[in-house]
Amino acid sequence: MDGMLQEIVAKYNYWIYVVLMMIGFYAMIGKRNLVKKLLGMNIFQTAIILFFISAGVKRGGGIPILDKHHALEFGVNASQIVNPLPHVLMLTAIVVSVSVTGVALAVMQRIYREYGTLEEDEILERISE
Amino acid sequence: MKALAFIATLITGLLLLYGTKDFAAWGDPDSPANQHLSPVYITKAVEQTHVPNIVTAVLGDYRGYDTMFETVVIFCAGMAVVSVLRRDKS
Amino acid sequence: MKQLQARADNRPLGDSLIVQTGVRLLVPFIQLFGLYVIVHGHYSPGGGFQGGVILGSSFILLSLAYDLKTSIKHFSVRANAVLSNTGALIYTGTAALCAVMGGLFLDYSALDKIIPLGVIEWRSFGIFVVEVGVGLAVMSIMLSLFWDITSGGEMDEGL
Repeated sequence: MDGMLQEIVAKYNYWIYVVLMMIGFYAMIGKRNLVKKLLGMNIFQTAIILFFISAGVKRGGGIPILDKHHALEFGVNASQIVNPLPHVLMLTAIVVSVSVTGVALAVMQRIYREYGTLEEDEILERISE
Repeated sequence: MKALAFIATLITGLLLLYGTKDFAAWGDPDSPANQHLSPVYITKAVEQTHVPNIVTAVLGDYRGYDTMFETVVIFCAGMAVVSVLRRDKS
Repeated sequence: MKQLQARADNRPLGDSLIVQTGVRLLVPFIQLFGLYVIVHGHYSPGGGFQGGVILGSSFILLSLAYDLKTSIKHFSVRANAVLSNTGALIYTGTAALCAVMGGLFLDYSALDKIIPLGVIEWRSFGIFVVEVGVGLAVMSIMLSLFWDITSGGEMDEGL
């Protein structure tokens, strides 16, 4: 029991992301409204982004912006700077998530114009009519 | 339906929580993610590109393809929204 | 005084003089900050994406405080289309120019043959050129997403 508690405390960040991901996943598959599904997808993406960022953290690490002249003269100690790679990947992921959200909202507006509703089962009913 | 979704979510979450057992601890400098490629970027970026912000250096230079197609993705998203929604009156 | 009273009476619902004046004063500084974020991306947190979103949000703020027409008056639909294309084109054009000049695709050091600044300096400057392209594209795409989604493609009323 004590060992398990220690395990949880050492990795509490992953637990938070898994809970956040579960909220988003439930909204995606459990809700019938398309806007709620989209919000669930955004929460899911936030969980993944946080997960990647936390993978790059180093204890006591500084930000990945260096002093140019100091770095050119004396070099850099890699263990004192946090990992910049997840930051780069997630920067692009955020922009992609924004554009996905935009396209989804546009398609939803088109669906609403066509069927007059955003509830999934009602749309399916109207299609089969 | 809702119960089924809840159970599926719970199972997925439990599997992921089981998976965290193998992950590195929070802030571990020796974790595999921090050992593989990033030390090269951190130590070489300023020397090779003269850009003090390593994130910008990696974004614009080392991973230029990634950023380029990402710009193309957002451009395509804009075009898609325009073609789906816009009703030009003129 | 009477004129002001009449103008206040004719104002449509949701238009507030305080908000509009505040936004009008604030927008130039937001745009300046957006430019700063793009240009200073080498030395501080920032870059094309962040600065582009800030620049786009200044126009979005304008169309929230006034209406969509005002924002279109400041930044026309045609200019928006041209700028979004230009942004994507600057990026891919720079990359292709590197290939034409004898380097690899996206290898900015090949541009040294056009203007000799030094190979490493060109890698730094190439990143800057590319970031400007990304900033232009992101700004105009964000704005066009907002315009289309809030007005349902009509481009007249909006929020």
